[in-house]
Amino acid sequence: MKILVAVKRVVDHKVNVRVKADETGIETANVKMAINPFCEIAIEQAVRFKEQGSVDEVVLVCIGPKEADVQLRAGLAFGADRAILIRTDEEVQSLDVAKILHKIVQEELPDVVLLGKQAIDTDNNQTGQMLAALTNMPQGTFASNIVFTVPNTVKVTREVDGGLVILALSLPAVITVDLRLNIPRYASLPNIMKAKRKVITMTSPGSLGVSLSPRLTTLKVESPPVRQAGVKVADVAELVDKLQLQAKGI
Amino acid sequence: MAILIVADHDNHILQAATFSVLTASSEIVKHIRDTELHLLIIGDECQSVVAMAQGITGLSKILVADHQIHQYPLAENIAPLIVSLVQVQSRCSDGNKAFDKKQYSHIMTSAGTAGKDYQPRVAALLDVAQISDIISVESADTFKRTIYAGKAIATVQSSDAIKVLTVRSSAFTAASLTTELLAIESQVPVVALAAQADSGKSAFIKAELTQSSRPELTTAKIVISGGRGMQNTDNFELLYTLADQLHAAVGASRAAVDAGFVANDLQIGQTGKIVAPDLYIAVGISGAIQHIAGITGSKVIVAINNDPDAPIFDAADYCLVADLFEVLPELIAVLKVKD
Repeated sequence: MKILVAVKRVVDHKVNVRVKADETGIETANVKMAINPFCEIAIEQAVRFKEQGSVDEVVLVCIGPKEADVQLRAGLAFGADRAILIRTDEEVQSLDVAKILHKIVQEELPDVVLLGKQAIDTDNNQTGQMLAALTNMPQGTFASNIVFTVPNTVKVTREVDGGLVILALSLPAVITVDLRLNIPRYASLPNIMKAKRKVITMTSPGSLGVSLSPRLTTLKVESPPVRQAGVKVADVAELVDKLQLQAKGI
Repeated sequence: MAILIVADHDNHILQAATFSVLTASSEIVKHIRDTELHLLIIGDECQSVVAMAQGITGLSKILVADHQIHQYPLAENIAPLIVSLVQVQSRCSDGNKAFDKKQYSHIMTSAGTAGKDYQPRVAALLDVAQISDIISVESADTFKRTIYAGKAIATVQSSDAIKVLTVRSSAFTAASLTTELLAIESQVPVVALAAQADSGKSAFIKAELTQSSRPELTTAKIVISGGRGMQNTDNFELLYTLADQLHAAVGASRAAVDAGFVANDLQIGQTGKIVAPDLYIAVGISGAIQHIAGITGSKVIVAINNDPDAPIFDAADYCLVADLFEVLPELIAVLKVKD
């Protein structure tokens, strides 16, 4: 069995992002980049399946600039076998990402495509579902548990409004992972060294036959309204008074 | 052209989120002339939902797909159904499909886990972008949404003929519902849709849903949340008691959910639920940026934490630096006296 894992390069979640002064976007110059945390969970899960023996090969795929090979090497150091980098310096929107991944799926024929449920930059939560639509595969979104069963089925526990839901999907399937699926490892030094020798195949949207066609234009990016500084209250009595008098909250 | 709203419901009642989507839809209507609002109800034995929807003013039509295969909403079944409603197929002379007739300009639903599941699938099948979690309508094709965990707000314009949207329900006031039974002639007309075949690719096995008599998080007027500072599941009882006194919903930070104190669906924040109550009380929550992202729409934020340097205090209107295990019983007692 083969698993394809999509990996997105994003601004590190620890960076305090700032809106550009001209309100055209986010300041990304000299900002630390990292694997999207949800994608890290997806890589971890694929590697665990491999270690358990239920999966033979884990292939990573990333769309981004040539610098994204840093994130792919980091993913390979988890224990993935090889990687594909679809190089572009353009902004690639979800639908185009799904179209590019569709081409890779047609070439690689994975049994499962694992993705993070959302990227922490655009917060869209779309790509996996779009890929499932284009490939006509079933989708298990927001997965907190994944179990392979016979024949050719995967049981996915999904975190949904109101609790948990378990679905059975026929393979091949697209699964997007949620926070509680696992806690990603720290790669060991020997594995980081090994990852340097692993193969990253380079290609481009054009050579896969996808011409990027962004449908959304970002007109403006602004900072959220600043909240007024809070008031310190001494005790419960004062808190209740304040709420009743000023906020009419209670 | 019309706007299609996909209803959120549990086969018994229409959920409050749909009324927020109705509000967002009426804001779009202001920018387009001669458009209608259609409500799509997909379910199984969902007659009471349909009856409830018939009292909604402003709707021109209710489309109902009431069938056993929709007992649980599966994206593999819902997406093709929605797409079939959008496109009236007309064929070119060479026999190839040509999708020139579009019934709908917008397909909208709330940004709950159901909408987030099927809307991108709908969009990809229609070869259009999907716009997630909108917080305001600027025009018929331009919307605002948050990015980077709410640290920035983007205004995005769509060039697609069909806009597939999910709406952050806490960002739009719920439209009011006419609750009295209307005379038959003033009820919204209902169109029953033909049954469709199951995709055969996915199956519902079971649900483990939390039973709660408290209000739903994203629509509650008051929300009380606990974090890692609550220390364990038992201590959350304090929050439940207080919540019941205030008719409030109970939420939690990611740390509290990860520690297993409460169920996952109580998580508030960037990747959990986004709330915007009149009053938000954060108890023992440090205030990671991902959590703040989920609460900034609240009118009044109260933070109770024993660490004076906790970042939650930067987001709060009222800050109480104190031990929550002293504050909560006191608060419960004070409110009991007021009753």
